[in-house]
Amino acid sequence: MRIFDPHIHMTSRTTDDYEAMHDAGVRAVVEPAFWLGQPRTSVGSFVDYFDGLLGWERFRAAQHGIAHHATIALNPKEANDPRCRGVLDLLPRYLEKDGVVAVGEVGFDSMTREEEDVFVRQLELAGEHDLPVLVHTPHRDKAAGTRRTLEIVAQVGIAPERVVVDHLNEVTVDVVDDAGCWAGFSVYPDTKMDEARMVRILQRRGLERVMINSAADWGRSDPLKTWRTGQAMLAAGFTEHDVDHVLWRNPVAFYGQSGRLLLDDVDAGADYAGNTLQRGEPLTPAAQG
Amino acid sequence: MTPDPAPTATRARLASGAEARLEELITEVRRDPGRLSRAVARAARVVGRGPNPDGHRVEDVARARLVAAAAEATGPAGASAVVEDAYRTGDADERRAVLLALPDLDLAAAALPLVEDALRTNDARLVAAAMGPYAAAHLQAEAWRHGVLKCLFVGIPLTAVADLEHRRDAELDRMVAAYAAEREAAGREVPPDARALLDRTPSNP
Ligand SMILES: [Zn+2]
Repeated sequence: MRIFDPHIHMTSRTTDDYEAMHDAGVRAVVEPAFWLGQPRTSVGSFVDYFDGLLGWERFRAAQHGIAHHATIALNPKEANDPRCRGVLDLLPRYLEKDGVVAVGEVGFDSMTREEEDVFVRQLELAGEHDLPVLVHTPHRDKAAGTRRTLEIVAQVGIAPERVVVDHLNEVTVDVVDDAGCWAGFSVYPDTKMDEARMVRILQRRGLERVMINSAADWGRSDPLKTWRTGQAMLAAGFTEHDVDHVLWRNPVAFYGQSGRLLLDDVDAGADYAGNTLQRGEPLTPAAQG
Repeated sequence: MTPDPAPTATRARLASGAEARLEELITEVRRDPGRLSRAVARAARVVGRGPNPDGHRVEDVARARLVAAAAEATGPAGASAVVEDAYRTGDADERRAVLLALPDLDLAAAALPLVEDALRTNDARLVAAAMGPYAAAHLQAEAWRHGVLKCLFVGIPLTAVADLEHRRDAELDRMVAAYAAEREAAGREVPPDARALLDRTPSNP
């Protein structure tokens, strides 16, 4: 099973997780910029976070044979803090970088005026930098938040096939499908979405324009939920080909719209030492201190 | 003993198509060095990516030559600020290319803070690029010795360290020997590069 996790916060995960993910077949990930649990108080804190996503985390993933990409944005929670608003001025620089495959996570948290302003500006930035968009939907009042999200996407005029609306469930998936956007599902160890419900949604609506992620971060989560969903699909009678369609080819198609996926090493089947070698000097893992 | 590397990144040439695309970006940056950050970010997508026959990577050559062009167009008074900005605003691949360009930029010791920054990371690509000819020429002895030791720690072959045989001294040899002894005491493998260094007689004792 070949897996591309289209939404996972690896900064919060351990090397054990990277090893388990590689063993399960994960070969590529996208790490969206989001909140860190502890609210940030300055723009400089975002600079270091974004640099970490494009620098250290990509290097760390490569050492485990996983191609790491990022999406960059000011997230909806911190969009409400005037001290963080200057992050919008940093974005044009970051949205030009290799391996930045979308603007995200943008969208709503508490449906404030500030969130809407920042959301609209970032949709415009996606157009200016020719990038797709990853939209987070709120955990509270999700149905209303999802409808408002789709209205704004339509108003700004961004092509729906360049937008994924994430963290969906049985109640919110249909409006997103009707709008022509991609549907994103975060499969968690608790009730937000689980493997069995995910399989029923796939049986009902089909395998097109859908991406499944583990969204794993520092909260209770499981970085192997993509793999577990693939297993549940097989148990329900889907073929290996179907699983590959959902867990690999769909994320490649969506993020491939950026023209910035870095999958050469993965496609070549290089081992992780070879992967690192391609980006710098050869490594001899035996010599690791 | 160490194979003489290909021309430095700023002097390397690319295949004709890539060379033409790079020349276009270079012209843009010469006209307006303020566009360097954007040009360096886009360089791999515009010019190309992957191994160049001379042993460099295409994107390293493209970015290093862009940095050199911007520094030259700015003139000696502003060059170090331009180079520092390219490093500070770059991702790890871009920072690596800035480090590779340093030996050819005529900056004296002004760019040392960038080398020291790279040596504080654990990113092998940055550490290897930081220990090139610019560090050999300008990095003070304590920091340079720790850079060599860091290469051994993170698994970078010592061929990445420029002028190793000339700059090595008794203190570096002592540090490497202590490192080897510590590995041996722990029953762990001693990196062959550490052994080889200790086995060689210093050419410049
Ligand atoms: Zn997230």
